[in-house]
Amino acid sequence: MHISEFDAHTQDKQVKPPLDPHLKALENEAIHIFREVAAEFERPVMLYSIGKDSSVLLHLARKAFYPGRIPFPLLHIDTGWKFPEMISFRDEMAKRFDLDLVVHTNPRGAKENISPFTHGSALHTDIMKTEALRQALDAGQYDAAFGGARRDEEASRAKERIYSFRTPDHKWDPRNQRPELWNVYNGMIRRGESVRAFPLSNWTEVDIWRYIQAENIPLPPLYYAAKRKFVERDGMLMWAEDKRFEALPGEQVQEDYIRFRTLGCWPLTGAIKSHATTLDDVIAELEIATVSERQGRAIDRDQAGSMEKKKREGYF
Amino acid sequence: MTATATATVIAPAAEAAPALRDTRPLRLITCGSVDDGKSTLIGRLLWDTKAVKEDQAAALNRDSGKQNDLGLPDFALLLDGLQAEREQGITIDVAYRYFATDKRSFIVADTPGHEQYTRNMATGASTADLAVLLVDARAGILEQTRRHATIATLMGIKQFVLAINKIDLINYDKARFDELSREFKEIALSLGVKQVTAIPVSALKGENVVYDGKASMPWYEGPTLVEVLELATVRSAQTVGFRLPVQRVSRPGESFRGYQGTVAGGAVKPGDSVVILPSGMVANVKQIVTFDLVRNAAVAGDAITLVLDRQVDVARGDMIATIDAQPQVGLAFDAQLVALQPGGIEPGKRYWLKSGSRRQRVSVQPSSILDLKSGKWNRHDGALPMNAIGKVHLSFDEAAIFDAYELNRTTGAFILIDPDTNNTVAGGMIAGKRGDVGGLNNEAERVILSLPADLADKILASGILSERRDEIDIRRTNPGRAAELLGELDS
Repeated sequence: MHISEFDAHTQDKQVKPPLDPHLKALENEAIHIFREVAAEFERPVMLYSIGKDSSVLLHLARKAFYPGRIPFPLLHIDTGWKFPEMISFRDEMAKRFDLDLVVHTNPRGAKENISPFTHGSALHTDIMKTEALRQALDAGQYDAAFGGARRDEEASRAKERIYSFRTPDHKWDPRNQRPELWNVYNGMIRRGESVRAFPLSNWTEVDIWRYIQAENIPLPPLYYAAKRKFVERDGMLMWAEDKRFEALPGEQVQEDYIRFRTLGCWPLTGAIKSHATTLDDVIAELEIATVSERQGRAIDRDQAGSMEKKKREGYF
Repeated sequence: MTATATATVIAPAAEAAPALRDTRPLRLITCGSVDDGKSTLIGRLLWDTKAVKEDQAAALNRDSGKQNDLGLPDFALLLDGLQAEREQGITIDVAYRYFATDKRSFIVADTPGHEQYTRNMATGASTADLAVLLVDARAGILEQTRRHATIATLMGIKQFVLAINKIDLINYDKARFDELSREFKEIALSLGVKQVTAIPVSALKGENVVYDGKASMPWYEGPTLVEVLELATVRSAQTVGFRLPVQRVSRPGESFRGYQGTVAGGAVKPGDSVVILPSGMVANVKQIVTFDLVRNAAVAGDAITLVLDRQVDVARGDMIATIDAQPQVGLAFDAQLVALQPGGIEPGKRYWLKSGSRRQRVSVQPSSILDLKSGKWNRHDGALPMNAIGKVHLSFDEAAIFDAYELNRTTGAFILIDPDTNNTVAGGMIAGKRGDVGGLNNEAERVILSLPADLADKILASGILSERRDEIDIRRTNPGRAAELLGELDS
């Protein structure tokens, strides 16, 4: 067997037990979707948001196209408010896996000094994430964009298709989605229209963690407990180590072992108190957790139907 | 779990992580209407398997401000994710739900019971291994129940659970339960379905869903709903041989050429002889490449990269198949399809047909339409309106490659795409290649046999028949219909 010339990953390969059939089935489905989109569309792109779902997505993409390279770029929408550890992790991954990485930040952010503190989470997300994403997709003329969304995450996602059709202005119409039968996906679109493709649709949060464990997928250190500074604000533990952080009157900056269940903009991402410093610890915590992972996300709580509204406007 | 203390902070669990599940996820569809208590049943499944977290439940209570008598949240709100549905109070599309037990994980296609249920049910049923049909114990088996069972059967589902709900409202009456299960088993049998489990359920009280209902129904000794789901079989398709619809050709460098796709049936190992369709070229398998290792075998469901031992012309849309049991290749096929859009399916119109990774032009000619009320097929050559189920002839410009849907739910399935709108307008199941009956060999005498399906499958697998598979027409039906057809010939 001589394929080692393409085998860039052998250095970090180790003998591991075969995947359990449940994860294997999910992996097979995701690889199938990756290959189908790559074959059917002219300019696919993969949204890379650095978190655990994106890390799994990246791993699956590498598997899908092995022994070749991933045949499309990765796009990171940087709001300017990500944890610095996310950015360094992103750059390390890009280097290690020889990725074609595109980073876009909405220029309005700097020009208008957009901040989640002064403009509120809704406006910040709208401009720095949704609008920025539309700008980047238009600039790249991408006709398909992979995302790591899962149907179990949030109610409006439960009805999302695996190929989710978008109009030329990136709108999603939940009432008028294309039926999706078997694993036969309809990738026919007109110029300007696009499809968002979701290889992780059928994964749950537990599946993601088990897969990360089974496949030994690297993650940003923020998922693991460490002594970090934070304040309690509106029932959320907010990270308080950035120089733009300002304590409100009466707020006490504390330091303790905390970690994050999801990663996003630090002012909008709540931490949990935890001593889980290894993957095993994190999974053990998850199995007895009684609140969902999005509980830490300010965007879902602003109003009922908040996610559906954002999705209609082009959010992932 | 024996611990009784309640913890207020999240702490690592003391005991070891539960053993890894050793089964694939079971996909199921739930059929029934709001009135039957479908949302309550699914909500109960999610709730009792702890798939709903506290903040989600809190959000529900905040949004609705109402709870039911048992202090549980309104399950319908949990499920009806979309704002539009919340406003209208109806479920309008297929939603997918996830839950797991220690033994297995489950994907539920939750489809509305009312309007446009045929289209939504067909969508949900296309990937399902099992159907849960829900009835209200007071109302009994309705015409709707028969329709749901018919559609599920057409889509290839062979395992059914009849959940007789609201059993608490008829005082856990065993006689009534027996009567309804008997009635449904007759319907199932007429559809050719043998695997039916009837369960008396109170979704509201959580009896025989995840936890048993022995306290109220000591007379019921059967499994709970979840127990049936845990033991159900996942479709392992595929009594036919190896199939690999080619998704893409991988050429990372001059020295490597691999064909990427998901095995759609059978198994393959290095050294196997394969045929590339439609060209008919033959080669041997040299390697099965995956990211993890070079493998010595791959089975149905595996996403692989196949390397052949010689230079052959293979492109996306081709099928690599075992040489011994090949799929059918031809320009004309018979199929059943479900019309999914308001425009229906127009006779003679040219659509795009996509099956696996192969997309080609096709024209469609309806021949009959299913009366869901009676279960009878009526002659019909006009357009098929939305939600209709019809039998059609498919005519292709270029060779098409299929197995019968009965034999392979992947290589026998297709969708139709309207070239004017690019929308998916039908889902279809191949019955078989259109033979030469009444065509070229019409001078030869022919014999029609009606025989039990298991026997037919055995005979068809034999060499003498498989060699002349192209000359054989096969339709599957229930015993009653077979007798009817033979009767027609006699008269």
